[in-house]
Amino acid sequence: MHAAVIVFPGSNRESDVVRALRRSGARVSLVWHADHELPAGTDLAVLPGGFSYGDYLRCGAIAGRAAAMDAVRAHAARGGLVLGICNGFQILCESGLLPGVLMRNVNRRFICHRQTLRVERTDTRFTSAYRQGQVIDVCVAHGEGNYFADPEPLAGIEGEGRVAFRYCDAAGTITVEANRNGSLNAIAGVLSENRNVLGMMPHPENFVEDLIGGTDGRGLFDSLAA
Amino acid sequence: MKARIIVTLKTGVLDPQGKAIEAALKSLAIQGVEGVRQGKVFDIEVAAPDAAAAEATLRTACEKLLANTVVENYTIEML
Repeated sequence: MHAAVIVFPGSNRESDVVRALRRSGARVSLVWHADHELPAGTDLAVLPGGFSYGDYLRCGAIAGRAAAMDAVRAHAARGGLVLGICNGFQILCESGLLPGVLMRNVNRRFICHRQTLRVERTDTRFTSAYRQGQVIDVCVAHGEGNYFADPEPLAGIEGEGRVAFRYCDAAGTITVEANRNGSLNAIAGVLSENRNVLGMMPHPENFVEDLIGGTDGRGLFDSLAA
Repeated sequence: MKARIIVTLKTGVLDPQGKAIEAALKSLAIQGVEGVRQGKVFDIEVAAPDAAAAEATLRTACEKLLANTVVENYTIEML
């Protein structure tokens, strides 16, 4: 598994995701946003969290049109894997690789806390190391994570089973309280039509070491590197 | 040529910032405010042979970058 992590001005979680990928056995390169190509042999392009371009205009809007994103779009069109975490998810929506948009959290606050997620599918390249319905304990840290899509694309996402993760309580139940950013259908992670692109607001890369307080994020990187 | 582009949230899309501003106006005892929706204004200078060409350029700018048409509408006003 060769992963290319795209770094934009204002990305700040690239080191964590590189560490998580390497821990699971991936080879990792960093790619600057102005580069026009991904390294030869790239299997997975990763858009890390952060505040690309200072969240100017809209979160992920300017990064979504960066030169490196043309290469990421071409990679995705060839069936290559793409993972966007937090700001990376916002960038995927803005770049047209995923439907919908991440709006301001419904409570208007930047939220930063431990968050349980329910794994909705395990037959994907991103989630095969988890169990169906498994509740994983990771965290969220965002101001704009309120997933919104028009009724038609939303029906497509749900009808085709393209929700990878939903916000849930510790027992795995979807509740209003557990969906603190107000996302439609408690959607925390969405797959593309071909299931080779995943965008998610929570941070699995934060929880890959016991020292940090949890390892439930490992499954995602282990799935990818398997 | 100068133009003003106004980007607003579509009807029905939740606007937490507009709601917060509305609440703040009410807390200032400003009477009669029944709703606030926040948007963005872009004042743009554009070189084009005529207004129609300028508007076409600006429409492309809106579609490609300035508005996210999933949740936002835009209007172009040539000044």
